Amino acid sequence: MRLERREHRPLLLVVLSPILAVVAALAIAGILIAAAGAPVLEAYGRILTGAFGTRLAATETLTRATPLMLTGLAAAVAFRARLWNIGAEGQFYLGAIMVAALGSSVLSSLPGPVLIPLLFAAGAIAGMALMLVPLWLRLRFSVDEVVTSLLLNFVAVLFVSMMIDGPLKDPLAFGWPQSMPVAEHALLPKLIERSRLHIGLVVAIVAALLVYLLQARTVFGLQSRAAGLNPEGAVFAGVPLGRTLVKVACLSGGLAGLAGAIEVMGVKSYVTTDLSPGYGYAGIIVAMLANLNPIGVIAAALFTATMFVGADGMSRAMGIPTYIADVTVALSLLTMLVAIFFTQYRIRR
Amino acid sequence: MSAFLDIIASAGLWAAVLRIATPLIFGTLGALLSERSGVLNLGIEGIMTFGAMIGWLAVFNGADLWTGMLVAALSGALFGLVHAAMTVSLGLSQHVTGLGITLFASSLSYYIFRLAVPLASTPPTVTPFQPISVPGLSDLPFIGPALFTQTLPTYLSIVIALLLAYIVYRTPLGLALRMSGENPHAAEAQGVDPIKVRYGAIMAGSALMAMGGAFLTLSAFNSFFPTMVQGRGWICIALVVFASWRPGRALFGALLFAFFDAFQLRLQTVLGNVPYQIFLMMPYILSIAALAVMARRARVPQALMQPYRRGER
Repeated sequence: MRLERREHRPLLLVVLSPILAVVAALAIAGILIAAAGAPVLEAYGRILTGAFGTRLAATETLTRATPLMLTGLAAAVAFRARLWNIGAEGQFYLGAIMVAALGSSVLSSLPGPVLIPLLFAAGAIAGMALMLVPLWLRLRFSVDEVVTSLLLNFVAVLFVSMMIDGPLKDPLAFGWPQSMPVAEHALLPKLIERSRLHIGLVVAIVAALLVYLLQARTVFGLQSRAAGLNPEGAVFAGVPLGRTLVKVACLSGGLAGLAGAIEVMGVKSYVTTDLSPGYGYAGIIVAMLANLNPIGVIAAALFTATMFVGADGMSRAMGIPTYIADVTVALSLLTMLVAIFFTQYRIRR
Repeated sequence: MSAFLDIIASAGLWAAVLRIATPLIFGTLGALLSERSGVLNLGIEGIMTFGAMIGWLAVFNGADLWTGMLVAALSGALFGLVHAAMTVSLGLSQHVTGLGITLFASSLSYYIFRLAVPLASTPPTVTPFQPISVPGLSDLPFIGPALFTQTLPTYLSIVIALLLAYIVYRTPLGLALRMSGENPHAAEAQGVDPIKVRYGAIMAGSALMAMGGAFLTLSAFNSFFPTMVQGRGWICIALVVFASWRPGRALFGALLFAFFDAFQLRLQTVLGNVPYQIFLMMPYILSIAALAVMARRARVPQALMQPYRRGER
């Protein structure tokens, strides 16, 4: 038995691979649910009803998918250029704290239509700035950006903790470490009344479309792809590698920072150190499930959000720990990697 | 200034250095072993978490402490097997696979822990490894309390570091390991099977990582809680670069790092007006700085992160 590279990647297999990967992940997770002594199919059913069963559940799932789309895009654009940005979690938090700082400052006297875009930009810039550190270390000192961007996540969260325990601490929060809330008119308008769903979802979908156009239709898109496929070849063909990577890093870090900004302005209005239940890391999974395709990111983020919100409801009803959602989603990353492999190779006896 | 000297002159500092260094020594050696064979294992953070959980859970359910360590090591080897199957046999991206293993292993740890131990306001505890006294040495003034009041796994980690240094540089097995990481094609031509070597190195390395995690719950603390590994795995990955992939230097690097960590912990009490978060950031910033200084000087195994397929160049 040996592996042989396929001459063509069968389109059907490429399209089906994420679905097969998710089914495989759910099957393995089923073993864990069964081990907990719960009926597996009923558990899956409850995940679905938990995520979409009621109007509230469905809007909650979409609310949860919003930051995942943005962090998923952040990972997708970076990975495509083989820039391993694993720091989306930290960039998310820096974007969030930047918005909390500016949105509660003198700037908040600006009218909403001016203030909201300004805060978006500020959050994105904060994320960019954090991603430029590992990129600089890579270009200047040849340091692998995986480890540095990961380590910076811890630094960023500690920085946020310091801010909300110090200069940005809300004096009205009964001593809890949380930031001052952003001004009322800096909060994002609701998409649906009596829910938490806000226009951030529209921003995220538009961002996915823009990234798609950027990658498919512009010189930058071509260059970032070339930088990922074959860096030496790209340089030989005249691609300015360093400059391309700087742009990619700004785009990737900016999207993650924007995710943090939108989460504050759309959902919480203030920052705590548990603002993100791992959105940055989950973004990596979303990007891989989407096969790094920006439009696919929308669907992958919806799947991931469905698992998280659905597992909450299932957990309450059946006593299965909610961590089953994290397990399933992480498993789907591993099964997706294998699925992508088999779109490229086949087994020959 | 005298406050600084007081800290350095206290035996408690040096005892803490060894204690803080132990999980890092295990983890760094594990990562080093794997990378020497040519495979980066970013599953380390999750494998340490799983080792911490499963080792603790075994002891909590009545196993003795060394059985707990063994269970942790076996679980680590199993995750290593998954990593090896995906990165060696299938040649998948070592970065993404490793991160996937970390996300999977840590969430699985939390799932199993929550299933086995119902939510309680105070986490249940086990009786951890006790410090052992070395006859003669532990009674020495200063040196005794500073260096010879550790638990057995700490001494074990140092022995493993020395043993690994011997194996890597002085045995045919070590030669096969280094060849697989430097030039697997040449290794194959010499009758070494790089695929088998890589499987073995990843699995053994992952077992060491998990033991580092188990040290946290069975010696440093006595209970398990989520996120307790706190990026130690990533710090180990940085320490491997700092050590230039040499076991002896890995031991030194882990001790040096632990020294700074123990020092800053004591400095917090002296410099009370500085936000404590600044001190907590130090280990991560220190790791990044060490990477920046060493990345170009370190001698990377030449075939690191290159999948090997027989008959393919």
